[in-house]
Formats: sequence, C-alpha cells, structure tokens
Amino acid sequence: MAVLSRSNRERVRERPPRGKMTLLQKKEARWGLMFLSPWLIGFLAFYILPMLASFWFSLLDFNPAVPDQATYIGFENWTRALVIDQEVRLSFIRTLKFAAISLPVGLLFALFLAVLLNSKNVIGTNLYRTLFYMPSMIPVVATVLIWNGVLNEQTGWINVFIQNLTGIQATGTQGLRWLADPRLVYYAYTMFGLWGVGPAMIIFLAGLQGVPTELYEAAEIDGASWVQRLARITIPMITPVIFYQLVLGVIGSLQYFLAPFVLNRGTGFPEGMTRFYMVYFYKQSFTFFNMGYGATLAWLMFLVALVLTVVLFGTAKYWVFYAAEEK
Amino acid sequence: MTGHTATIPTNRRVMTRKVRKAIASVLVTGLTLTVLFAFLIPMVYGIVTALKTDSQFSKIGAPWWPASEAQYEYEGRYYDIYLVPIGDELHTWALVDKGRTVSYFVDPRDPEAGLIEWEGQWRQLERAWGVDPQWGNFSEAWNTIDFPQLLTNTLVYAGVTTFGAVSSAALVAYGFARFRIPKKNVLFILMLSTVFLPGAVTLIPTYFVWNELGLVGTWWPLIIPAFFSWGTNVFLLRQFFLTIPRELDEAAMIDGAGPFRIFFTIIVPQSTSALTAVALFHFFYAWNDFFGPLIYLAGNPDKFPITVGLTAFNNLYSQSTNLIQAASLVSSIIPVLIFFFAQRAFMQGVVITGVEK
Repeated sequence: MAVLSRSNRERVRERPPRGKMTLLQKKEARWGLMFLSPWLIGFLAFYILPMLASFWFSLLDFNPAVPDQATYIGFENWTRALVIDQEVRLSFIRTLKFAAISLPVGLLFALFLAVLLNSKNVIGTNLYRTLFYMPSMIPVVATVLIWNGVLNEQTGWINVFIQNLTGIQATGTQGLRWLADPRLVYYAYTMFGLWGVGPAMIIFLAGLQGVPTELYEAAEIDGASWVQRLARITIPMITPVIFYQLVLGVIGSLQYFLAPFVLNRGTGFPEGMTRFYMVYFYKQSFTFFNMGYGATLAWLMFLVALVLTVVLFGTAKYWVFYAAEEK
Repeated sequence: MTGHTATIPTNRRVMTRKVRKAIASVLVTGLTLTVLFAFLIPMVYGIVTALKTDSQFSKIGAPWWPASEAQYEYEGRYYDIYLVPIGDELHTWALVDKGRTVSYFVDPRDPEAGLIEWEGQWRQLERAWGVDPQWGNFSEAWNTIDFPQLLTNTLVYAGVTTFGAVSSAALVAYGFARFRIPKKNVLFILMLSTVFLPGAVTLIPTYFVWNELGLVGTWWPLIIPAFFSWGTNVFLLRQFFLTIPRELDEAAMIDGAGPFRIFFTIIVPQSTSALTAVALFHFFYAWNDFFGPLIYLAGNPDKFPITVGLTAFNNLYSQSTNLIQAASLVSSIIPVLIFFFAQRAFMQGVVITGVEK
C-alpha cells in the first residue's frame, strides 16, 4: 500500500501546470520506456498476445500435428468443458478438496513455526530457521521421491514408527497405505507440501518481527495472556501477510501438478483421486494434443483463478488489517 | 517488620520469574527440537536408504540401518553368521557344516577353538547383520541416470536464464524506480498482476508458435522468455532501488553521466545484495523447473534437466528404492549447498517480495 501512496505523490509532481509535457519530461519518459522495454515486449509477447490467442484457440478444433485441419467450431469446446465432459467438473472438485486440506495445513504449519522461532524462549533460532528452510531448497521432484519412500506402506519409516510407537498394525496391505488409499492420499500429498514451508515461514517470521513491541507491552500491563496476545495482536497484525500467502496458495493449488505426475504419470491413482485439474489439462493438451480443448480448459482455469482472487480481495476488508495505510 | 514482609515476596517473585523463564525455555526449545526431528526424518530415511543393499528391502528381520548379512572367512571359505541362542545367551557364530538336526559352528572371536557342535534346526536361526553402507549406490545412480549430462544441462539452463532474468529485471526495475513515465502506476500494477496469472492460460499458443518455429525439443523456448523480466524479480529490485538516495544520481548527472552510466556506476554497485537475491531466486527456480522442460523437451532425453531426468529414472527403476533415494539426494546437493552459503541474502529477498507487496 506504501507503493500506491508514493506514486500518488509522484503523479502530483508529474503534472506540469498546463497539462503538456515539457521537452525534458518527454526525454525522461523516453528513457524510462526504453528501460521498461524488456518487460513491455515480454508482456505483449508472452502474456497479452498468447492469452488472446488462447481464447481464439478455444474456439477451434485444433491439433498441432495437422494445423491445416483446424476448424472453427464456435463454443463447442466450452459446452463440452462446462456441460458434457464430467471429468472437468470432477477434476476441479478434486483440486478444491485437496486444496481445502493442504492449504490450511501448510499455512498453519508455517505460522506455527514462525511463532515458535519468534519466541524469545527458544535457544538457537538461526540454526532451526536454516534447518526448517533447507528442505524447501530440494528440487520438488526429489522431495516427492524421498517422501514416496518414507511413506511406503511396507518399508517406509512413517508406518514403521507408527507401528512401533502405538502397536497399531500400520505396515502392509492391511495398514496405512498412504499413497494407495483414496482416503489417505491427500494427506500424504499434504505432507510432501510441508517440505516447502520455508518461504512462507520466513515471510510470517518477518511479519511477526514487524509487530510493534509497544502493543505487547501495553497488553502485558493489561494482563493479557499469551493466547490473548496471539489472537488479538499478533494474528491481526500479520493478516496482510497471511492474505498474500493465501492468494498465492489458492492460485498455486489450482495448478497442482508435479506430485501426481511424478508418482503415477497422471493416471489418477488411486481411483482417480489425483487426477487434478492441471493433470487433466496436461493430458488433453500434451498427451492427446487436443489443443483447442486444452486452451478452453486453460481459459476456464484462468477465469476461476480470477473469480477466486476477486472474491478473496473482496473479503479482505472484513479481516485484513492494513496498519501501514494509516501511517 | 513491614520492610521484611515487603522484600521477601519480591525476591520470591524474581526467583519464580527466572524459574518460569527457564522452564518455558526448556519446553519451547524441546518442542522445536521435536518438530524439527519429525520434519527431517524423511531426510535421514533418504540417506540411510540410499546406502542400503538391494537385498535388504525384501528380507524379513533386516535392520533399519544399511547392513548386509554378515559372513566370516574360515580356512579360506566364507560362512554365514547366525544368531545362536544357548541358554540365555545369544552367540554370533558362523555356520560351517549344515545338518538337519546337528550343525557345526565356529566362533569368529575364537576360531582356534575349532568347530562347535550345536543341536537344533539351523533354518530357524536368525541371520546376524553387519553395518555395510553401499557408497557404491551413489556412483551407480550417478552413472545409470547419466548425471554429468543432466548436471551440465541444468547448470547451463540455470546459468543462462539467471543472467537473463537478473539483467532484464534490473533494467526494468531501474525504469520503474527512477523515471517519470505516463501511466507508470497502471503499468506497474499490470506487471504485478502477471505474478498471479496461471501459466496454463498462455501456454498453448506459445507452444504452438515455438513448434511452428521448429524450436520445440530445444532449450530456446525455456531460455528466451527469461530475458524479458519477471514480475517478482522486478518488484524486488525496484523496492531496493527506491532506497538508494537520488542525490547520488543527481551528483553523477551534474558530472554529465547519462542514464546508463548512472545505472552501471551507481545503481548496480549499490544493490549487490538485492541482485544476489534475485540471482539466487532464479537459479533455484530454474533448478527446480519441471513443467516447462517436460513439455518442451519431451522425447529428447539428452537435453533433460535434472528434474525431468529424475522422473524418467524413477519410472524405469521404481523397484530400486536405494538408487532412487541416492539420485534424489545427488540432485539436491548443489542447491542445498548454495543455500547454506548464501542464506542471508536469499532470505532477505524472500522477505522483501513476501511482506511488502
């Protein structure tokens, strides 16, 4: 928000008295545009034009192997995606179900770690911060493969630990089949996700450290407990950071692809549970090369992301607290 | 008397406060350590598993650490070592002569004593396991997956795109930070909004154009876009450039320096930490990149980066758990090492992009 107020001030300065740019200002603007040109060109070439073309493609029956046979079919692809093809709806619901588990768990875990590392009572904060961050640096493909091993129903340590600690039969075909049981697979995928907690943790930590200490001192004088301080000061003060992470998380979840693709090549195993929206998009576009239909699915995803973002921004005024604005 | 009664509670309060603080310290640190331990278990699992022998996975009674069934050399031949219970004691003896009801063992600690007769069925004995880490698994994984090729591909890809991403983002950020441009706010918000755009919506036409140009199956579709600056990087650098005092620019301008001279002699040298952060971001991003290479390099295994190569390896050797763990660890070493050395600049960058937006 500081961004906006600064530029407002600039805009006031920008306006010459008679509404025309002086020669010097024109020269400055030209230089500026020249420096912006890599982005301006990239924005046109890799964002605007492809987006428009993507919409045009969604009106075609099109396979890149035979581009000459592309035919205009109007909104047939759209009717297919929205009405006829049940897999679109199903894969979207799966994506949402998984996001409803993985996103809150991921954000709460990041927040939990940040609160823990922000505590004055922990000895050796920097070391923990590094070690909690470290798995985020491992390529996600490697993360998925390591977790695939540790969650193996027979030899994986998670099941062996559970069995040895609780005595419950966890290993074997009657045990916890993390990646093969439709009831468990989303939790297993959520666990891989925790290894990417680093950035969110660091951002939350910085947010916590930015909370003015006067607020805590005042609360302590009023006799507020730890829980009250957390709920009434800490959380409200970092809602902007939570909000930003939530928006990025929602959009990231819509595009969730890597783990199901690496583990079962997008077959949806077990029982189609992991055929998420992006997996289905990939199959249509790059396995069957139905690029017209693929473009439709992509545009649909874009529209959903847009609606979700707008809705999230709409709810922001009820729960996101921008202290910086009042400064 | 009144003075007395006043001081004692104060002392006690100081004491309890200290004690309470110590207890809180122990509890919170203990909790952190427990969570950290659980968090890193898969890592330990990966390392331990990477060192196991192939046969260890299927054998019942195999220990959790890298081990093989122990053997003992006796008079020029190797014999399997078993755990032989005699009374309450468990002996680790080598089985020399197998018999249906009577077998002969030798004690590796006292071979001079000769053969020991033992009555019982040797088939019901458990094998003894000895620590036996298979460091060779790493070299086997290294060779099977052709790591030198994958590493070269990944390093070239990450290196070139990092250069492109940092230089283009720095120029654009300079433009946003220092020049008065009509409609600059609108442009800036447009740029930030690209951060939220799902990549799929631009993918198909872009793929089609690269395909028409005959460049699908090469690195170009992955490298060229990096030279046109990405929103997050520009945002980070712009925020940093704004903190550099304008007086420095103005002084140089009076000396006759043009915008490029100012950029190279003032802005760039003042922003090494931010530029490093962006370079690290992009390097790790490229190292991790999966979807782009998967689509544009499909069917060209000699051009695969590590991520796609590792996936292909997993599909081919899914039974060799130890080799897959070894390969996964090898592919993680470079980013993890760089992170340990450059974490300060890196984490600062994460914070700037995540908190200020």
